[in-house]
Amino acid sequence: MTLIIDRLRSDGFKRYAATVKYSLYTMFRPLDGFWDLIHEKRGSLAAAHTFVVTMIFVQIGFLILTNFQFINIPMEFFSSAYVVTNIVLPMFLFALANWCLTTLFDGKGRISDIYMAYAYAMVPQIIIRIIYVPLSHVISYDEGMILNILWYLSEGWFYLLIICAMMQVHDYSFSKAIVTTLLTLVAMAIMVFIFLMFFAVVSDGVAYFYSVGQEAVFRVRRG
Amino acid sequence: MYKQIICFVLAAIIVMPTVAFASEASKYTYAYNEWGIPIPSPDAYRVSAYIIGQHLQFNGESIGAFRTPQDIHVYENLLYLADSGNNRIIILQFLEDTSFEVVDIKTYAFIDGEPSGFNNPHGIFVSPWQYNKGQIYIADTDNQRVLHLDENWNVINEILHPGIHGISLLDENSDFLPTKLAVDFSGRLFVQTRHVNRGLMEFDRYGVFAGYMGAPPVEVSIVDQFWRLIATPEQRERMLLNVPVEYTNLSIDHEGFIYVTTASENVEPVARLNAMGEDVLIRNGWSHPVGDLDWGMGADRTGPSELAAVTAFENNSFVVFDRKRGRLFAYDQQGQMLYAWGNPGNREGFFTTPAALDSMGYTLFALDAGIGGNAASLTRFDLTEYGALINEALDMYQRGLYEESYDVWNDVLRINGNFGLAYIGIARAMLREGHYREAMHYFRLQNDYRNYGRAFTFYRRIWLEQHFWIFALGLGVLIVVPPVVKKVKKVRKEIAES
Repeated sequence: MTLIIDRLRSDGFKRYAATVKYSLYTMFRPLDGFWDLIHEKRGSLAAAHTFVVTMIFVQIGFLILTNFQFINIPMEFFSSAYVVTNIVLPMFLFALANWCLTTLFDGKGRISDIYMAYAYAMVPQIIIRIIYVPLSHVISYDEGMILNILWYLSEGWFYLLIICAMMQVHDYSFSKAIVTTLLTLVAMAIMVFIFLMFFAVVSDGVAYFYSVGQEAVFRVRRG
Repeated sequence: MYKQIICFVLAAIIVMPTVAFASEASKYTYAYNEWGIPIPSPDAYRVSAYIIGQHLQFNGESIGAFRTPQDIHVYENLLYLADSGNNRIIILQFLEDTSFEVVDIKTYAFIDGEPSGFNNPHGIFVSPWQYNKGQIYIADTDNQRVLHLDENWNVINEILHPGIHGISLLDENSDFLPTKLAVDFSGRLFVQTRHVNRGLMEFDRYGVFAGYMGAPPVEVSIVDQFWRLIATPEQRERMLLNVPVEYTNLSIDHEGFIYVTTASENVEPVARLNAMGEDVLIRNGWSHPVGDLDWGMGADRTGPSELAAVTAFENNSFVVFDRKRGRLFAYDQQGQMLYAWGNPGNREGFFTTPAALDSMGYTLFALDAGIGGNAASLTRFDLTEYGALINEALDMYQRGLYEESYDVWNDVLRINGNFGLAYIGIARAMLREGHYREAMHYFRLQNDYRNYGRAFTFYRRIWLEQHFWIFALGLGVLIVVPPVVKKVKKVRKEIAES
């Protein structure tokens, strides 16, 4: 017990707590916030990991606990693994694609900076989802517009923060940030395409050699 | 580090379990639940008579097998069967105790006293309306005419190729091949004609062509439009034309609305047309009435259902007949699926080539045209206790007796706990009686969010009224406490200072 309390009082934890709390600042003052996040070292990877993990749990809770009038998924087919990949995969793809792209367009950010900025940009989504769930239980289907507005707010806020993060992390102008973000989406699509094609080719190749082997076995057996 | 994580994530996607469940309903009767999964159900209809031509006697002789019969029509307790391949109309009389006998066989009608034979008649209709009660309409397909007969089979009117009158949109050189027909209460005649895709041909009560009505709407997708835009004129010519599809069958209900079916993928497979030809079918079910939702992988039968016939009951529920898988699908007034039954095959309760469907009260008659002139049959289905209960409850719903239907829905649930509509029926009764909490519970069971929201609004209002004191107290505390705290602080400060 004392160990835990000591841990909480240590300087390391205090710094971690400060970086977590700093997300509230980036949320409302993104331009200033994302600059300091990277260049003044006011954010930390630990906090970013925290946000990602929180986002995963919040998203699972969001899908399960929201009143069925607004979100209704068949529980027998619900898969947490699917939720995890839905959050983590686009994030890593974005970080990777964006880093690949911005190194060519003299962006200043490292891949860890991009990841950190992305994670900090998810914070409004987390907070709005936490508000959304209890609100959905005191609202009827006909009043669902309120929740729709909340939903669009969270999505819009996220995209806005991503653009701001691009500007500040890579030290870009607004228009350049927009262009690189769009190009990043294209790059992500290309990566997914190559990945799928690679596996299709591999599985076809395996199937080919497997059938050749089978054919050989049949012929040998028949003599 | 990131490389490893990415590899891990990518690997995770590949290993992720895919959803799999039994796709083919194994039971004879089934229904789709709100997720589109077939759930076995007790039989709602059971075969009470399986009639083939060899079994029927007329004047002491067997009348011989049916040959590709195409249409049936029920008039009071008579059933008119168009035995197309044998160029005859067979009239069966059904008695109270499900027994039946051949009353008459007609192979010709009288034009001015002269007999004129039928040639491959594909459709028959006997008017149930006051205006022309008992008059008979026959689509005499290969003679290229529609016959309008009185009760004694004398021709009142012979409707030929409307192009002859010079007012038709139908090309004069093309054949006039009427197949299915229906007459409404004002004597208007609607004919489905082969190779015509502008909808139904409408004739007025004197047999004069009045135009086309109710062509299924053509939907052009954005992608198609895009390709059409960038295509060269030669390419555009070779593309499939976006034309409306042909109706496969039609049936008129007791209110004079026309139910039509199509076998196409791009339009609603079943529609209810008003006098203007507009589709007024209510589609409030979990999915639109389209037949099978889960297509399965059985043999060469893939893709959506191809509806070949339809009939509607007094309570506005209706049944459609799928010729692809030989199944019947019943839907209620709101377009919610009730039950589906049947399968391909040539034994009792199974079908090879569904051709026509009609109802006598709640008794169904399904006509199977058979394959290559063989195995044609007429099947009579009667409601089981389960089906009768459901239809009783639907009757009550139609008349607005929600509270009274409570007991009936409970009886339905005793037989089949998976029948979703029963929970909604019970919830509706609860809602009417003011048991909002219970109503919410039952609506929740069937994921009926709209009605749940309605019940919830009532429940919330009552809850707020009953717990108003909490809010009053909270407000009071908010008003009273801060000034008091302020005062106390001030006094304390003064004490400390003095």
